[in-house]
Amino acid sequence: MNLHEYQGKSILKSFGVATQEGIVADTPEEAVEAAKKLNEETGTDWWVIKAQIHAGGRGKGGGVKLAKSLDDVKRISGEIIGMQLITPQTPPEGKKVNKVLVAQDVYYPGDSEPSEFYMSVLLNRETGRNMIMYSTEGGMDIEAVAEETPHLIFTEEIDPKVGLQGFQARKIAFNLGLSGQAFKEMTKFVFALYKAYEGSDSEMFEINPVLKTSDDKIIAVDAKVTLDGNALFRHKDYAAMRDVTEEDPTEVEASEHDLNYVKLDGNVGCMVNGAGLAMATMDIIKLSGGDPANFLDVGGTADAARVEKAFRIILKDPNVKAILVNIFGGIVRCDRVAQGVIDAYKNIGDIDVPIIVRLQGTNAEEAKKLIDDSGLKVLSAVQLFEAADKVKEVLA
Amino acid sequence: MSVLVNKDSKVIVQGFTGSEGTFHAGQMIEYGTNVVGGVTPGKGGQTHLDRPVFNTVTEAVKEKGANVSIIFVPPAFAADAIMEAAEAGIQVIICITEGIPTKDMVAVKEYLSDKDVRLIGPNCPGVITADEAKIGIMPGFIFKKGRVGIVSKSGTLTYEAADQVVKAGLGISTAIGIGGDPIIGTTTKEAVELFMNDPETDAIVMIGEIGGSMEANAARWIKENGTKPVVGFIAGQTAPKGRKMGHAGAIVGGADDTAQAKMKIMEECGITVAKSPADIGKKVAEALSVNA
Repeated sequence: MNLHEYQGKSILKSFGVATQEGIVADTPEEAVEAAKKLNEETGTDWWVIKAQIHAGGRGKGGGVKLAKSLDDVKRISGEIIGMQLITPQTPPEGKKVNKVLVAQDVYYPGDSEPSEFYMSVLLNRETGRNMIMYSTEGGMDIEAVAEETPHLIFTEEIDPKVGLQGFQARKIAFNLGLSGQAFKEMTKFVFALYKAYEGSDSEMFEINPVLKTSDDKIIAVDAKVTLDGNALFRHKDYAAMRDVTEEDPTEVEASEHDLNYVKLDGNVGCMVNGAGLAMATMDIIKLSGGDPANFLDVGGTADAARVEKAFRIILKDPNVKAILVNIFGGIVRCDRVAQGVIDAYKNIGDIDVPIIVRLQGTNAEEAKKLIDDSGLKVLSAVQLFEAADKVKEVLA
Repeated sequence: MSVLVNKDSKVIVQGFTGSEGTFHAGQMIEYGTNVVGGVTPGKGGQTHLDRPVFNTVTEAVKEKGANVSIIFVPPAFAADAIMEAAEAGIQVIICITEGIPTKDMVAVKEYLSDKDVRLIGPNCPGVITADEAKIGIMPGFIFKKGRVGIVSKSGTLTYEAADQVVKAGLGISTAIGIGGDPIIGTTTKEAVELFMNDPETDAIVMIGEIGGSMEANAARWIKENGTKPVVGFIAGQTAPKGRKMGHAGAIVGGADDTAQAKMKIMEECGITVAKSPADIGKKVAEALSVNA
């Protein structure tokens, strides 16, 4: 589950990670109040106004701006709240900004130059262990760094038996070129960050940049936090941080019915049981000359109610020119799925796109007969290649 | 001989008396699997499905000589159940449970690392050796006995592959569903290695998905060590980059873990790649007739 920057930072702070201070605001007026409060608490008299959306590259799209007065805060917040922010990580139409984070200015002048680093914590799937990935090249697109200067990216793997060790934190601080007070602060930062990662059951932390300030503090200026959705039962307070306005409304509706749906751009809808078979079905649509309009896994219980809901969700997409239902019945009997399809079809009434139903497994022949005898405009198939041929036919 | 499980496997079910455990244990017994009992803490001494219920896995091992366990306990307690089975001396642990937190699995992997035990899953359909033992949630009747081994990340796609192999006039020795989670006990490569060493398997079907490097690792191992024909399929050629498609593991990340990149590596390593999921059975039949 993805979080907003302000939510991620609140989790980091709760584990003792030093972060850039900030207050979230829904309106320009709230932003001004937030700026005043920050001035009292931190002394900052410049502020950074940051759009809160679930995507990176916000600065490039005009979603992060510096305000040098309270008037600036009001004007800039007013521009950013409500805008469609387009970044390299958003869909082409961008994402609507509902909130801004008013944050303290941390690039103030001082005894030394500020410098920016990159740091993330994530699972190394190869080894089954967590690792800290870090780089001297902070504040930049890390994928570009990985491509152009891979020697500037370092990793430190954590042995689950003993956890993060002091020598590892020191190695990180040395590799980042730090010394003196900044070195000590960095080792503290790394320990707190890893503690936060484990304690919050996160899937990924990405802090870009981690800043060494001009007075040698180490702080997280941004925070991309992805929580492990499977661990939310241990963190009820985090579960409440889900922002459904960041998700596709149809996908949210589907998830409320335990349907795993992802909207795509193609013209052939599909409804399948099992994620792997669903992806394979999308592939076969493509190989048959179509483009998948969605991914939809109906799960193990493909009863009439769920099939009907799934049809309704697929049919919401005006691009859908045909629907392929591909169910491999194992424990679920195909004839019952077929009856579900027929009932759903009759309930919806006015389906005007061709539907191809491929049912294979237990009682597949009985299921085909049910479909064929139903009198509905539904094409039936048993083998997967037959279904592919039928898709070709209806698209021709 | 067969891979992982056979008719002599002494199987216990952890989470035996729950609804999932009860239903699938019943199906397994009906298939002919040698289920010797089950474990539900606090219900020891009872009888369920005509078999004894134990409080601990250790008791089940001591009383019944259990050596294989299948786990149906809920996600919050599944990691604990896996470690209990390993500590009790179970040799093959098959974890069906979906939705175990990754942090729990990091601990499990570490705990198992110095023990002589094989974990299959979690979040998998299980393992079936045709006509001998079904230790999982798959529909048993699809898996007609034969000499083709299947290793797959996904459930229904395994059934699809098995069905095509059977329709092509062949049959299945063992099918292993390894699961789609970020951390799993047995990798594609390890499962392929088991089949390469199995005298009852003549050919291998390897089914993967976008995301991760398991299929590429298996392919490189096959290039060096393979002695039997392998047919591969990768689901997700049309999946968009960066989107989650149901399985936690099915995320397209870098350039090397797209379906196209994986298929290319597999082909370079001598694996016959089925581009269409409808061609898996046909490709296996062709691969075996070429080698015959």
